[in-house]
Amino acid sequence: MFDKAPILELRNVSKSFGSVRALVDVSMQLYPGEILCLLGDNGAGKSTLIKILSGYHPPSTGALAFEGRETRFAGPRDARLQGIATVHQDVGSIPMMSVGRNFFLGAEPMVGPRFLRIFDRRRANAAALEQIRRFGITRVTNGEQFVGTMSGGERQVLAIGRAMYFGAKVLILDEPTSALGVKEAAIVLKQIRQVRSDGVAVIFITHNVQHAIAAGDRFVVLIHGGVAASFRRGEKSREEILNLMAGGEQMLALEQQLGETA
Amino acid sequence: MDFVLRRSDIGPLVAFALTYLFFAVAAYGSGFVSVEGTAGWLDLAAELGIVALPIGLLMIAGEFDLSIGSTVGAASMIVAIGTTFFHLPIWTMIALALAAGGLIGLVNGLAVVKTGLPSFIVTLASNFCVLGVTMGASRTLSNVTSMSIVQSPSARAVFASRWGEANVSILWWALFSVGGAFVLTRTIYGNWIYATGGNLPAARAAGVPVERVKTTLFVSAGVAAAFVGVLQGVQWNSGNSTYGQGYVFQAPIVAVVGGVLLGGGYGSVSGIVLGTAVFGVISTGIFYTGWSTDWIYLFLGGLLAMAVLANNYTRRLALAS
Repeated sequence: MFDKAPILELRNVSKSFGSVRALVDVSMQLYPGEILCLLGDNGAGKSTLIKILSGYHPPSTGALAFEGRETRFAGPRDARLQGIATVHQDVGSIPMMSVGRNFFLGAEPMVGPRFLRIFDRRRANAAALEQIRRFGITRVTNGEQFVGTMSGGERQVLAIGRAMYFGAKVLILDEPTSALGVKEAAIVLKQIRQVRSDGVAVIFITHNVQHAIAAGDRFVVLIHGGVAASFRRGEKSREEILNLMAGGEQMLALEQQLGETA
Repeated sequence: MDFVLRRSDIGPLVAFALTYLFFAVAAYGSGFVSVEGTAGWLDLAAELGIVALPIGLLMIAGEFDLSIGSTVGAASMIVAIGTTFFHLPIWTMIALALAAGGLIGLVNGLAVVKTGLPSFIVTLASNFCVLGVTMGASRTLSNVTSMSIVQSPSARAVFASRWGEANVSILWWALFSVGGAFVLTRTIYGNWIYATGGNLPAARAAGVPVERVKTTLFVSAGVAAAFVGVLQGVQWNSGNSTYGQGYVFQAPIVAVVGGVLLGGGYGSVSGIVLGTAVFGVISTGIFYTGWSTDWIYLFLGGLLAMAVLANNYTRRLALAS
């Protein structure tokens, strides 16, 4: 599975904000067709890592390689145009706007003669619906429906579907399932696996160990801005992963403490 | 039902029907529903409607513009001083007045976009600045703050033609409204207006040039206000620095009555047009009833309060279904 070349690679990347060191000497590789789970407690450096990968920040030291070449993204737009799409927890949809208009925002299809080119509503709606239907959302049948009327999971599917439609090669998902119920999360997880089988490299950030184990091929745990552990599916037990996610020994100590008082 | 909730102009349509019916009954036999009476409230609505349209679009994009009031007066004074004091041709001065309106809008837009301050306060300040400059400059030049306009037949034809009681401004209003509706619902720019007001960070992340969207809308609000200033100046044969001050709050009021959400992201041109029509019906209808016009403000206040509640309610419904 990992005999391919990495599509995205961090080489000894550190990032400091003033005197605060958010990332310390992080190296990791991301391969096409795999789901990399990025784990870590709040403040462990996950957000900074995502922002470096998606072009918001340049690394302070170290390098970023995309498709084998060292690059420096000019900004998030540059990264997106090269195929690195980020979908945030709050999805970034416009609630009082239709599914079709949301889907094509910033890249609207046009129709009509020159000088009188108008928004191609029909095509936008049809393409948006087709894309979310592909990922199992069948409840939404009218492209004119407001996105605000869709559930959190459906919106997440729409956002991921959108990134795929516009040719993402790397998909960064920032807590896509954390605000969702069990059923909804299952739909999104299924979609993430489908995205992987399309050959896309996925970075999946989550706090939910269940979701991580269900989807992840490889796991990278950040603690205090550094890579504390890196392993493949099946190499560690659920408890070990949970421990690492909580920041190492702390969870174990906490459990013992709670056990004593109970 | 879904279809109804997606439309922001159903509420304003009901409001219009009810107020119209109310005054048709209350002023029964006084000629309110006659052709003349209808022309009367359309005249009043038309000039306000031309300014309220870009203000409504601006509110959909999440911003305010209170400076339009002074821009109306400034434009009328530019035409008056130019034609009467400097003996320049009226069309030159009309072009200058419209350009000045656009410039005021551009300054507003850049100030809001660059500072990130609330446009409410930025444009409140510029409203006073423009009024002050107009009055001060007029007095320095000509020792007065209002002045007659030297007309030309072509300018009168374009800005002051009348058919019975109906003024040509009604046609202009209709024209701008059709144009505005086209832009908002059919073009990509319209999509960007909704997105900018609906979720600014998301719009920006999707590559929408939100700063440009806002600035363009400020410019069009300035030009529209200047257009109304020219319209009024030519119609009444004079320029006056204080023309248009009434629009400062009337324009946002009719936009809200027209179903535009104060927070942005939702609204329609048809709604804004209906909201403006409601304003015209109330302001004119009360004359026909013979009641004291003092009550106009009560009507407007009550209507605004109801509109805000209704908008909030339909918004919740639209997002819940």
